[in-house]
Amino acid sequence: MLKLILRRLLLEALPTLLVLVTVTFFLIRLAPGGPFSSEANMPPEVMAAIAAKYRLNQPAWQQYLGYLADLARGDFGPSFKYKDFTVNDLVWAAVPVSFRLGLMAFVVAVVVGIAAGVTAALRQNSWVDYSVMGIAMIGVVLPNFVLAPVLALVFAIGLKWLPAGGWEGGKLIYVVLPVAVLCQHYISVIARITRGSMIEVLGSPFIRTARAKGLPAGYILRRHALRPALLPVISYLGPAFVGIITGSVVVETFFGIPGIGQLFVNGALNRDYPMVLGLTILIGALTIFFNAVVHILYGFIDPRIRIH
Amino acid sequence: MDHPHAPSRSQPPKGALGGFGRPRAASALLDVRNLNVRFATPEGEVAAVNDLSFSLQEGESLGIVGESGSGKSQTAFALMGLLARNGRATGEVLYGGANLLALSEAELNTRRGAEIAMIYQDPMTALNPYLTVGDQLTEVLRFHKGLDRKAALAESARMLDAVKIAESKKRLTMYPHEFSGGMRQRVVIAMALLCRPKLLIADEPTTALDVTVQAQILRLLQDLRRDFRTAVIMITHDLGVVAGVCDQVLVMYAGRVMEQGPAEALFAQPSHPYTMGLLHAVPRMDQPHGSDRLATIPGNPPNLLALPPGCPFAPRCVERDTACLAPAPLTAFGEGRRRACHRPLEQLCDTDATAAPAADSAQASDRRVAT
Repeated sequence: MLKLILRRLLLEALPTLLVLVTVTFFLIRLAPGGPFSSEANMPPEVMAAIAAKYRLNQPAWQQYLGYLADLARGDFGPSFKYKDFTVNDLVWAAVPVSFRLGLMAFVVAVVVGIAAGVTAALRQNSWVDYSVMGIAMIGVVLPNFVLAPVLALVFAIGLKWLPAGGWEGGKLIYVVLPVAVLCQHYISVIARITRGSMIEVLGSPFIRTARAKGLPAGYILRRHALRPALLPVISYLGPAFVGIITGSVVVETFFGIPGIGQLFVNGALNRDYPMVLGLTILIGALTIFFNAVVHILYGFIDPRIRIH
Repeated sequence: MDHPHAPSRSQPPKGALGGFGRPRAASALLDVRNLNVRFATPEGEVAAVNDLSFSLQEGESLGIVGESGSGKSQTAFALMGLLARNGRATGEVLYGGANLLALSEAELNTRRGAEIAMIYQDPMTALNPYLTVGDQLTEVLRFHKGLDRKAALAESARMLDAVKIAESKKRLTMYPHEFSGGMRQRVVIAMALLCRPKLLIADEPTTALDVTVQAQILRLLQDLRRDFRTAVIMITHDLGVVAGVCDQVLVMYAGRVMEQGPAEALFAQPSHPYTMGLLHAVPRMDQPHGSDRLATIPGNPPNLLALPPGCPFAPRCVERDTACLAPAPLTAFGEGRRRACHRPLEQLCDTDATAAPAADSAQASDRRVAT
């Protein structure tokens, strides 16, 4: 087990991350403009001093090697935009916020999505099935930037039940709307995957065997059908978990939540190279990590691919 | 065209069906009357089984024979209440004084797995790959017999011993993928026998297995039948299997019964061209050299959505004539036998000796029908 994790880390995770860093490093420098081009009317000497401080006067390959050397020590470098802070400071302040928001949305999405998918599968081609899948289809195509203002308009401005934005340390009342907006897409996708695989499993010969054994329908569902039906859902959950934690760009921006998404947007807009690079590495590492978690979970669920 | 057995076109009265001509004993374990299975498909209603009737005594064995699509497997699923969602079974399946077709799922569950059990065509997919063999065996005993886990495990190990799986205790902790095909079929058989069922339905239990394993499984089934006094319905396309195992035979084609009766009489003197064709298609080890080219039945089984008028076998039948364009009702004859054929029995028996190269004479009979 330990050997497997080590092998994955050295042969898969690190090379993948290196490629990611390299591509991002040069790609962001291809974007027009630079970190300080918006600060007009600065004397050339000051500009040169700033460039020297941030190593921007060196050739790109030297900057790259310098960055890698810092990275190896766990230093993501200084933020170009928030000049008194390092990227490490800013990211570590934002991660708990995004993590808390994402985890809540994730739990809601998994519970509601699986329940909806199973319900639809059990009543295949009935009105229940059609309405669950209809709502799910709307959930898949409805973008966050439409749903967020609509919900804010209804529940914050119209009904005045909930605040329209803010975080306040993650008080429940501030969390409801962002979580709702963030999880709706994932509920829909999970419900659709669950329904499809559950219908397939329920039609398989071993379910027929279980029925022929005279076992009650509820028991067959829980004991025989649920595990195989959830395999495709679980392989989706790894990337979904990363996406839901880090990809709440629209939601965090709209509701003014100080998380990773907001940092990312500002970093990109301001050509804050170290910030964008740092966040890219963080998200890449999380993606690799949760894919590995899914891989290990698979082994627990499906005995045929268990690691011996 | 008229013949000695020309019956009226209407349905025979109910009492005349079933029991293979024996007076229907009140003790019949299973009494199937006019079983019909229909499937609603986008292309129209498919009649998978039509007016099937038979009865089975305790300890007796019945072979249901036919090609793919003849409705034999759907008959089994109808008896077990396991038809696909778009399927519907009508008629009566009387077991222990109740009509199984009219029972609720919960009432059916007290009998399925306990009194009536099933073995499947493909042992590779019949077991749940996510649960250990022990889990899948013990749950039967826990639900039907109320045994606790320990007692259920002990009984399951005994049953694995009975189907000759070595190291049964260790095997219980293993998953199906750790078993070979033949061993999985033994597990499926053990699972079916856990509650000592009175009726065992075996749906092509040896089809997916290689020949040596086939023989072992058949011998095992015979032993178990003797030891547990279980009645068996053996569904197969292999007449060789039926000859070795069954007391009664029912030959199906395109969802209809072509011929049914005691196995010995049916094999000695088949009364339907389809049965004859099937018999000729069985390789014989006791025939002289020179006849080693295997006879086949020309053509393919018909599409159930577009059945030919009259006898469904007529287009492939070497004996057909114009009378075959009308439906051939199932008629009783001889010692508890029945057949659905317009051709007089005597004529069939005459031609049987020469009917072996069926493919060659098919062309000749094509001309006969064309007139």
